[in-house]
Amino acid sequence: MRDTESLPISALQHYLYCPRQCALIHVEMVWEENLFTAEGRLLHKRVDAGEAGRRGSIDEERSVPVRSERLGLYGVADVLEMRTGASGSSIPYPVEYKRGSPKVGDWDRGQLCAQAMCLEEMLELTIREGAIFYGRPRRREKVIFDDVLREKVEVSCRAMHSLIEGGVTPPPEHGRHCKNCSLLRVCMPKLSKQRKVEKYLLQGLEQ
Amino acid sequence: MKKLLNTLYVTSQGSYLFKDGECVVIRLEDGSKKRFPVHVLDGVVCFGNVICSPFLLGHCAEKGLAVSFLTERGRYLASVHGPQGGNVLLRREQYRKADDEESSATTARSIVAGKVANSRAVLRRCLRDYAERVDAQRLQGAIGVLDGCAHRLKTPVSLDEARGLEGLAANTYFGVFGELILKKGPGFSFTGRTRRPPLDNVNCLLSFVYTLLAHDIRSAIEAVGLDPQAGFLHRDRPGRPGLALDIMEEFRSFLADRLVLSLINRGEVGEKGFTVKESGAVFMDEDTRKAVLVAWQKRKADEVVHPFLKERISMGLAFHLQARLMARYIRGDLEGYPPFFWK
Repeated sequence: MRDTESLPISALQHYLYCPRQCALIHVEMVWEENLFTAEGRLLHKRVDAGEAGRRGSIDEERSVPVRSERLGLYGVADVLEMRTGASGSSIPYPVEYKRGSPKVGDWDRGQLCAQAMCLEEMLELTIREGAIFYGRPRRREKVIFDDVLREKVEVSCRAMHSLIEGGVTPPPEHGRHCKNCSLLRVCMPKLSKQRKVEKYLLQGLEQ
Repeated sequence: MKKLLNTLYVTSQGSYLFKDGECVVIRLEDGSKKRFPVHVLDGVVCFGNVICSPFLLGHCAEKGLAVSFLTERGRYLASVHGPQGGNVLLRREQYRKADDEESSATTARSIVAGKVANSRAVLRRCLRDYAERVDAQRLQGAIGVLDGCAHRLKTPVSLDEARGLEGLAANTYFGVFGELILKKGPGFSFTGRTRRPPLDNVNCLLSFVYTLLAHDIRSAIEAVGLDPQAGFLHRDRPGRPGLALDIMEEFRSFLADRLVLSLINRGEVGEKGFTVKESGAVFMDEDTRKAVLVAWQKRKADEVVHPFLKERISMGLAFHLQARLMARYIRGDLEGYPPFFWK
């Protein structure tokens, strides 16, 4: 990955959600805020504003920059809880804050796993689990960084890099995930090449 | 989830705009102030001698609002934009398509189709609504010519043909445009299009409304990351916003011209609101200009169903959607550019 540009971990989350969304944001450079993105932005502002310190018996650090040369990723971990490992060493336990509810797809888990893989590369240790705090309902979901999830991050990361370097936005695939997408109006997923502009043009001239 | 917001038009000479918290504050020359929250605005347009603080410009740029400067009479001078909205790949593709004769012809055909169909729809609507008050035969004749243009556009045309048909359609339409003015009398007679400068009241109104339309379309084009200068129908000329002029073609008749007609026919602007200079150039006074700006803003809030997307939208949002459709076509999601057909 060394000869390619580093990309934000959030791009990987976009890619896992929908490759076209990822390309619209990182190739076409479009962004439209909706209720969900605005809430997410405010939530992260609050998380970032929180102070580092001790919560109970756990040391906590907030907004920690992370990166991986191998994956070509960089980002910011919302919260790192420093936990004591089996050998008495300190192991970071990443916690990501999300405004919504747990998702069917792997995009949030993949994002957290990528953060952990960045930390592993930087600190030369192994991180086995982390958690995602969901706003609805207000609870934590544990995420185990198993081989399946790690493999998914590796593969998607490579695919995402070649997508963005290629500079070609893939055609839309209209589906359930489109309903909550902030880029719905920009993406126009129901417009595909099947929708004949020629036919529309002839009808318009006919009237 | 883009929404149509208000454009703040500042016409009072000598006013100063600055930022106070989340508000734009206008301080008029007499010292009085007016304030507007930034989140209800989608742009600020300053006419003539209006000054903006750099902090306001920065704040607007960050919020994605363009601040534009026009002369007091509406000639475009400059805009201040934020750093977003630049996709070099999209613009490169736009230049490739604009350089290519064949794909320029394809796009130009769509644009002229929109213009011809919409001009014809305006004439037909008038003929239907005011059959006794207009010269039906003249209008019918013009509609016949436009029918011929429409017929020719049903099959591919060369770029020169597209330009020729555009010219023919414009001449035919403006040839009978005077018929659509129901308020007869010397104040609002129309014998043909004159510009730079406009030589009568009707042309003065048309030029001003076209400026507003061009400004909004230019902003929409810039917001989707396209280059407003590189057009398809309009040949490149330094300083001329070719693509903005292209996309304007489909909106001129039913949006801009009908607005001018209703301002005149409903008596919302009067003959006294215009002055003639030594050279014959006609200018409107401040109150008339304000009446046009208010009517324009109101017209943009009207709801329509987008003919291609089949979505209910406000008219002002149609500029953004057409710019977006142009971008989607240029990037290859659509096999052509679908113009906005007015019904």
